[in-house]
Amino acid sequence: MAAPGVAAGGGNWFSALALGVTLLKCLLIPTYHSTDFEVHRNWLAITHSLPISQWYYEATSEWTLDYPPFFAWFEYALSHVAKYFDQEMLNIHNLNYSSSRTLLFQRFSVIFTDAVFVYAVHECCKCIDGKKAGKELTEKPKFILSVLLLWNFGLLIVDHIHFQYNGFLFGLMLLSIARLFQKRHMEGALLFAVLLHFKHIYLYVAPAYGIYLLRSYCFTANKPDGSIRWNSFSFIRLISLGLIVFLVSALSLGPFLALNQLPQVLSRLFPFKRGLCHAYWAPNFWALYNALDKVLSVIGLELKLLDPNKIPKASMTSGLVQQFQHTVLPSVTPLATLICTLMAILPSVFCLWFKPQGPRGFLRCLILCALSSFLFGWHVHEKAILLAVLPMSLLSVGKAGDASIFLILTTTGHYSLFPLLFTAPEKKRLFLIGWKLSTFSAWHLWKSSVNLYSLSLPGS
Amino acid sequence: MEKWHLMTIVVLIGLTVRWTVSLNSYSGAGKPPMFGDYEAQRHWQEITFNLPVKQWYFNSSDNNLQYWGLDYPPLTAYHSLLCAYVAKFINPDWIELHSSRGYESQAHKLFMRTTVFIADLLIYIPAVVLYCCCLKEISTKKKIANALCILLYPGLILIDYGHFQYNSVSLGFALWGVLGVSCDWDLLGSLAFCLAINYKQMELYHSLPFFCFLLGKCFKKGLKGKGFVLLIKLACTVVASFILCWLPFFTEREQTLQVLRRLFPVDRGLFEDKVANIWCSFSVFLKIKDILPHHIQIIISFCFTFLSLLPACIKLTLQPSPKGFRFTLVSCALSFFLFSFQVHEKSILLVSLPVCLVLSEIPFMSTWFLLVSTFSMLPLLLKDELLMPSVVTTMAFFIACAISFSIFEKTSEEELHLKSFSISLRKYLPCFKFLPRIIQYLFLISVITMVLLTLITVTLEPPQKLPDLFSVLICFVSCLNFLFFLVYFNIIIMWDFKNGRNQKKIN
Repeated sequence: MAAPGVAAGGGNWFSALALGVTLLKCLLIPTYHSTDFEVHRNWLAITHSLPISQWYYEATSEWTLDYPPFFAWFEYALSHVAKYFDQEMLNIHNLNYSSSRTLLFQRFSVIFTDAVFVYAVHECCKCIDGKKAGKELTEKPKFILSVLLLWNFGLLIVDHIHFQYNGFLFGLMLLSIARLFQKRHMEGALLFAVLLHFKHIYLYVAPAYGIYLLRSYCFTANKPDGSIRWNSFSFIRLISLGLIVFLVSALSLGPFLALNQLPQVLSRLFPFKRGLCHAYWAPNFWALYNALDKVLSVIGLELKLLDPNKIPKASMTSGLVQQFQHTVLPSVTPLATLICTLMAILPSVFCLWFKPQGPRGFLRCLILCALSSFLFGWHVHEKAILLAVLPMSLLSVGKAGDASIFLILTTTGHYSLFPLLFTAPEKKRLFLIGWKLSTFSAWHLWKSSVNLYSLSLPGS
Repeated sequence: MEKWHLMTIVVLIGLTVRWTVSLNSYSGAGKPPMFGDYEAQRHWQEITFNLPVKQWYFNSSDNNLQYWGLDYPPLTAYHSLLCAYVAKFINPDWIELHSSRGYESQAHKLFMRTTVFIADLLIYIPAVVLYCCCLKEISTKKKIANALCILLYPGLILIDYGHFQYNSVSLGFALWGVLGVSCDWDLLGSLAFCLAINYKQMELYHSLPFFCFLLGKCFKKGLKGKGFVLLIKLACTVVASFILCWLPFFTEREQTLQVLRRLFPVDRGLFEDKVANIWCSFSVFLKIKDILPHHIQIIISFCFTFLSLLPACIKLTLQPSPKGFRFTLVSCALSFFLFSFQVHEKSILLVSLPVCLVLSEIPFMSTWFLLVSTFSMLPLLLKDELLMPSVVTTMAFFIACAISFSIFEKTSEEELHLKSFSISLRKYLPCFKFLPRIIQYLFLISVITMVLLTLITVTLEPPQKLPDLFSVLICFVSCLNFLFFLVYFNIIIMWDFKNGRNQKKIN
């Protein structure tokens, strides 16, 4: 009887948090799920029923495979468990098949793969300095970080309601960040390379990784003033990093290269025909640009400056995924968005090169890369805001200034995920409660961390 | 209270769990012609809105009492009327006389769930929060943990937000009553409790402890002076509140009698369906319902009920104290549940509420009881397809209690409040030192049995000759547990307080 008592004692708050959020995820099983549910069911079917050569050509369903090969292999592995739940879901012709067993399997697979995320959070907590903490559990930075990450409301909505596998992927990213903090650079690089081949959206933050590893790992020492010492360049390290990336890519794309399918795979991965904005507007710069264009065109029509016959009938604001031309302002091409994004990340990347501040600096650069790509990228999903919010949690428990920025970022970011719950008000109310919960906890945690760190200021 | 933001987070967690459970199915979903409790509530909105008050409890061509006739006191009817006005504003089809029978839609489900949510938010949850804040001699963190555990109690969540009922209203009012009476706001407390009784007549299970406690207070203050004044004031409050609630039905004798007939259906028999009380469990061996005539059944049940609760109530009258009051609420309600007439399995919630109130004092036994109480409703929950929420909420509740109160470390004699009892017992059996051990083993056996029975019920089919085998087994096992708890709580009341007072004098 004593053993469970000890286990249930104060030291195991992490397990309690992880278990608690897992139970909440189980309760969210009957909630609304989006078309992403059908997308993943389709991919289970494709990878299970068809040979590899057909994976990136299959188009029975509109939801074609558009993630890199490692994710396809992941779905293949899942499909072997799926056949014990419901064989019918693995039939590619069973479009929109969603029996209760299918639902149960899919939801449980997300919950189960979140174990990677839990492990990653555990590792991140090790990287946090908890010595300045107060005696209260709720004021310890490790506890705060665990709550902010494990109970991240955006992730709960996107993964366990809307339906995706982000928990597992963000787990890989957080784990690679943790490894870089722990100075295990090779593992960090390996994890990131693997992650890229799971979901290529993480290319948004690849510059941060590339520059950091080059500057702080390949150059083994700095001059006393912090600037680069050219003769400390380690060729071996560069080669080993390159080898890691090459091997991972070979493992992933090798089979398709051998089948001469690389162009097809790339065209599936980077569908530039999909248009500037995703179906539900990601609140980025181009959304404002489109709105401005619309306003100007309306004004132009009213003032008779524009000819109504020359204006294309379709609009950018209808929420559909297509390519459009702008009416008043110049049209935006993928190249233009790339240039804007590169210009936006340039300052932070420069700082990372010329004034490296260790892993913390890398983390800041990563967050800025994620935010810049979100703001200026082509065909950005609103879910991509999580790419900035989650790493920001790590920074927020370090400094009070970061905590206040984090509060604004997380509140607006989660609020912007609101349209994802496109269904009965029932679900919206759930969202509101959860949003209140997350804002409240963020506010409470910010307040305690501000108190905490004001104590460490000199002279106080 | 300085940790109000933590308390708010706890309340929000409670609300989130309630909402997620409400996304599941409800009683009688898609099962014509009778459907279930959900349809009953909708039907009452239809009746109270479309018919005049005089016809609510009477059988007529517009109001067929066989189809979910009103069988709760007037306050439920008024609440239904209020909901009906809102329903009329949103979609009149929901309460159209006759044509809305069996109406089911997503929007309607949302509306009904919202009515439960709002009632809970306005009545039950503030009572719980206030109760926890008023607890004495424990730290703020423990108060918040206590609130979390009470709000996560699975039984109430599953019945109100899953099966569909409004227990949080009557239990909330009863809790306000307990609060008022414990904090010496006797009039407000009794008013709240009268409202509870007038919402659901099952609250009468709690009425004896209230009566004895207040009577005891009056005696303490002296029947010749302040006590007598208090007694008169209380009597007036009770009478006034009853008159206010029953006003439309006091105009004619026939109205009052008909309402009483609907509230107390003495024709219906000792028990219905499967319930974890003595009569149902006993009928496994001996079919009492068939052997004894009807009026004998009533007399026997009456005798057993009152005999089992009399000691505790007398003690409460002689030594009124808030602590004694809470424990007597538990034992009284449990006596009624086990021995009374026409008990439904949901009535275990009337025992669970007082047990939640003593959670901070005997965490181990209370958690055990609350787990058994949820388990005893398993057949009902399975019928409503609430297996997943039941399992998840039970696990969440257990983890919350285990961590908040470190229940496995609090199993010594003193913490189980059994010290005085075991001292007395050792006078006759000197080597009897194993009481905590015995109780721990019993807990283990009980939990293992519950888990096994749950697994069996979910995975296997019952044999053809005994289709109700699993439900009966569940009821039987729960009944045994409840009997044990009845004995335990009575022991605490009779032994602990007596010697507790002696110890205070010595100190």
